[in-house]
Amino acid sequence: MRDAFGQALLDLADAIPELVVLDADVASSTKTRLFWEAHPDRFLNVGVAEANMVDIAAGMATCGLRPVVSTFALFFALKCTDQIRNVVCYNTLPVVFAAGYAGLSDSYDGASHQSVADLAIVRAMPNMYVVVPADAVEAGQALEAALRRDGPTFIRLCRNPTPVLFANTEPLASGEPFAFGKARKLRDGIDLTIAVCGVPTAMALEAADQLAAMGVSVDLVEVATLKPLDVDALVASVAKTGKMLTVEEHTMHGGLYGAVAEALARHRPAPMDCVAIEDTFAESGPYDALMAKYGISVENITRKAAALAGRESVRPR
Amino acid sequence: MMQYLAQQCRIEVLDILHEKGTGHWGGAASAAELLITLYFHIMDVRPDDPEWPDRDRLVLSKGHASCMLYAVLAHRGYFPVQELHTFRDLDSRLQGHPCMKATPGVEMSTGALGHGMSVTLGMALAARLSKRSFSSYVLMGDGDLNEGQTWEGVMAAAKFRPERFAALVDYNKVQLDGPSDAIMPMDPLADKFKAFNWNVAPTVYDGHSVSAILDSYEWIRAQADWPVAVIYKTHKGRGVSFMEDNYQWHGAPVNDDAYAKARPELLRGLKVLEERL
Repeated sequence: MRDAFGQALLDLADAIPELVVLDADVASSTKTRLFWEAHPDRFLNVGVAEANMVDIAAGMATCGLRPVVSTFALFFALKCTDQIRNVVCYNTLPVVFAAGYAGLSDSYDGASHQSVADLAIVRAMPNMYVVVPADAVEAGQALEAALRRDGPTFIRLCRNPTPVLFANTEPLASGEPFAFGKARKLRDGIDLTIAVCGVPTAMALEAADQLAAMGVSVDLVEVATLKPLDVDALVASVAKTGKMLTVEEHTMHGGLYGAVAEALARHRPAPMDCVAIEDTFAESGPYDALMAKYGISVENITRKAAALAGRESVRPR
Repeated sequence: MMQYLAQQCRIEVLDILHEKGTGHWGGAASAAELLITLYFHIMDVRPDDPEWPDRDRLVLSKGHASCMLYAVLAHRGYFPVQELHTFRDLDSRLQGHPCMKATPGVEMSTGALGHGMSVTLGMALAARLSKRSFSSYVLMGDGDLNEGQTWEGVMAAAKFRPERFAALVDYNKVQLDGPSDAIMPMDPLADKFKAFNWNVAPTVYDGHSVSAILDSYEWIRAQADWPVAVIYKTHKGRGVSFMEDNYQWHGAPVNDDAYAKARPELLRGLKVLEERL
């Protein structure tokens, strides 16, 4: 996904002359180096000083530029919270946060580098849009939409190669390739709703097939934009199925589970469960195995969905 | 005239802080002459067109001096002087700390310290990238200099060296909790900037003398080596004997008793300036 995002930045450079890119000494990792090499006059490497980077971008944004700031999601959420809130969001400045290495995707580097609470933090910032692309195509679409938005956007990116799910031509129901606040319906079903964001979307698709084989029909909704949330789509789905399982690569506190629970509690209360990381730190290891150990797997989605749908007596762990 | 206007703004700020029972006197009084001189002589701005793209920028990084900024902006014509009496009221355009979305002429929302250096650097870099020639000034206080992010910005400014970028230090050496030397000593301040490869004015200017501030501006204009830092010796709470250099007047409400003693002192100062006009 990071390679695709780096390429997308480069592809947009001519169309959006106000685009500038800032990185904090991880351009080789986040792949903004591609842009750096092609447009050295529109790229700033500020060194390992993330808070400074965000505020520099904010100052640029007040002068008509369209900055993309790039570092690891963890550092944005934790080292730049004051800058994101008090400078960028308070002033609704058009700064795009390319939040790389998110979730558990910096798997071998361990818990110190894994970003599993970033969505909870940035979702709490007024004026911020929060996007969790499911694949490289959607990441590029989100970037372009964010660069045309008059306000801040946080785009959560995975470090690792991920399956491409959406061909560039597959539109939303509205006909648009991507739109903030619009969920994608990936499967139609009646027994339960699965709402998913990010990398686990591919797992949810596979789980939906397994569940179908078990006789459980899943209404599968991919929620790329946690904020603004497509409340109408979620409420319509739950009105049909009566049950909601959320799936995400984030702690169970404050991410997709929280966002959906907040919306349904107000508009359409329904039994819910989540596939998410428990309230714990993870560890080093291979990405797929790490995801599985911390509960993000096809098996766990299938198990929890079946239990929520009342088709299996085994309680999810 | 600017010297007189600065003192007049001081009196208005004291009136408003007394009327509202809230706001920061010490840092506001410290910055009166600097802000007046910036807005009435140094900066190229258009109060009737606050969004003019080529305007010079000022970021008040010591945002708690908001009331003085508002007084200066009002006198410069950004909004009616009478509106100063809505300071910190519900529905007011004059928020407790500067808000760029609320107040015409405010270039950046500030309040949490330590943002101004980085944000203003971004503006100066934007000028370079957009091939514009506006100047970018950040006005900082002691507390700002305590913040680690300020020094991240100082480092980055010395790397990118944007033209027409100047850091102005309102160096009153008093913080919320006490004298800076007791809370967090910043001296030798000029040497710190120099060590970060900044071009630092060889003189510490009197930040309460408009003519000295104008001298400092002439020095800035003569420079080709950016960024530049200028240190101004100032006094927190300037103009009221028992408030000057006294940390307890950083943000304490101006009560009736203090107001009754302070206002005549400021008026006497104004009268002296009036006689010189």
